[in-house]
Amino acid sequence: MKLFRGSSSTPEPTEKAAAPKLQRRSSGLAEVARSWSSDDPLCILDLGATSAGNIRFFAERGHRIYSEDLLSASTEPDLVTKDEQGNTVLDSKKFLEENLVYPAAHFDVVLAWNLPDYLDESLVKPVVGRLWSVLKPGGMLLAFFHTKDAGPDSPCYRYHITGTDLVDMQPVLPQREVRRGPTGAVHRSIGAGFRLQRVFNNRHVENLFRDFASIKFFLSRDNIREVLVVR
Amino acid sequence: MEVPKTGEFAHIGKSVVIKGELSGSEDLYLDGQVEGSILLKGNDLTIGPNGQVKANVDAKGVTVQGKLEGNCTAGDRVDLRKSAVVMGDISAKRIAIEEGAYLKGKVDINREGAK
Repeated sequence: MKLFRGSSSTPEPTEKAAAPKLQRRSSGLAEVARSWSSDDPLCILDLGATSAGNIRFFAERGHRIYSEDLLSASTEPDLVTKDEQGNTVLDSKKFLEENLVYPAAHFDVVLAWNLPDYLDESLVKPVVGRLWSVLKPGGMLLAFFHTKDAGPDSPCYRYHITGTDLVDMQPVLPQREVRRGPTGAVHRSIGAGFRLQRVFNNRHVENLFRDFASIKFFLSRDNIREVLVVR
Repeated sequence: MEVPKTGEFAHIGKSVVIKGELSGSEDLYLDGQVEGSILLKGNDLTIGPNGQVKANVDAKGVTVQGKLEGNCTAGDRVDLRKSAVVMGDISAKRIAIEEGAYLKGKVDINREGAK
């Protein structure tokens, strides 16, 4: 696993103009879309930055959509604690008491987007464990992982679904209360956007989702691997 | 930021703190703090940019510019402006969310009668 802990000399953006959107074709999304094209209403959890487009997309199709921006929630300063070695980490127990609080086997689909790549190290495994428990057996989770060619300044995107295999990607420029990243070494300035924390290789991804029944990788040309796992 | 100018609106200023049940039959602009419940059947509620509401809300239309912690049921429409922070479930016929708004919760669109 490649970690990005160093400081960046990249200047911080000085204005928060609406970021331009890039379009991307998603094979993983196309596979998930087969499930929501049925008449049965689904329960869908979107873990990306709040997207009005996604809410509208699913609501128009009669599905129940839940929105929870976990990356923003992870910047809560109260989460900062020390581990047994005295290292500054985030309190995953507290985080999961306040976030992802749903009944077991509640969701048919979880859209995690690029969350694992940007989430603090101390939260990644606990969050994936909780996602396993809130997914129904047979439920699907879609996540995007950067390849090793991606640099630490790869932008964190908000994903807007525009079609069964199309998403618009918009760099996340936090507009609400700006907070300093809680563990110091993580997001040096939330105002400048979230920083890529690490790059998982395929084995790490497989380990991360080892409790799931199946895993499928979709490779693309833009330094992203799409991963679709089924509980 | 939009503040209704018409006298038809009841107005709760930003220094006002209310704990308990708030109900009425006129539109309400709320820029203060409310903890409890808000019931405005048939009328609109606007939570201003300074508004901090910890309450379940039931109104015809709800516009949020500030912070709402609680479930929101609207007979017609919910508008989340870019400064909105909403933690709770939303049920409405229509919903509009500006880029930058934060929502943690479920969205149910009541399609019955919606156009």
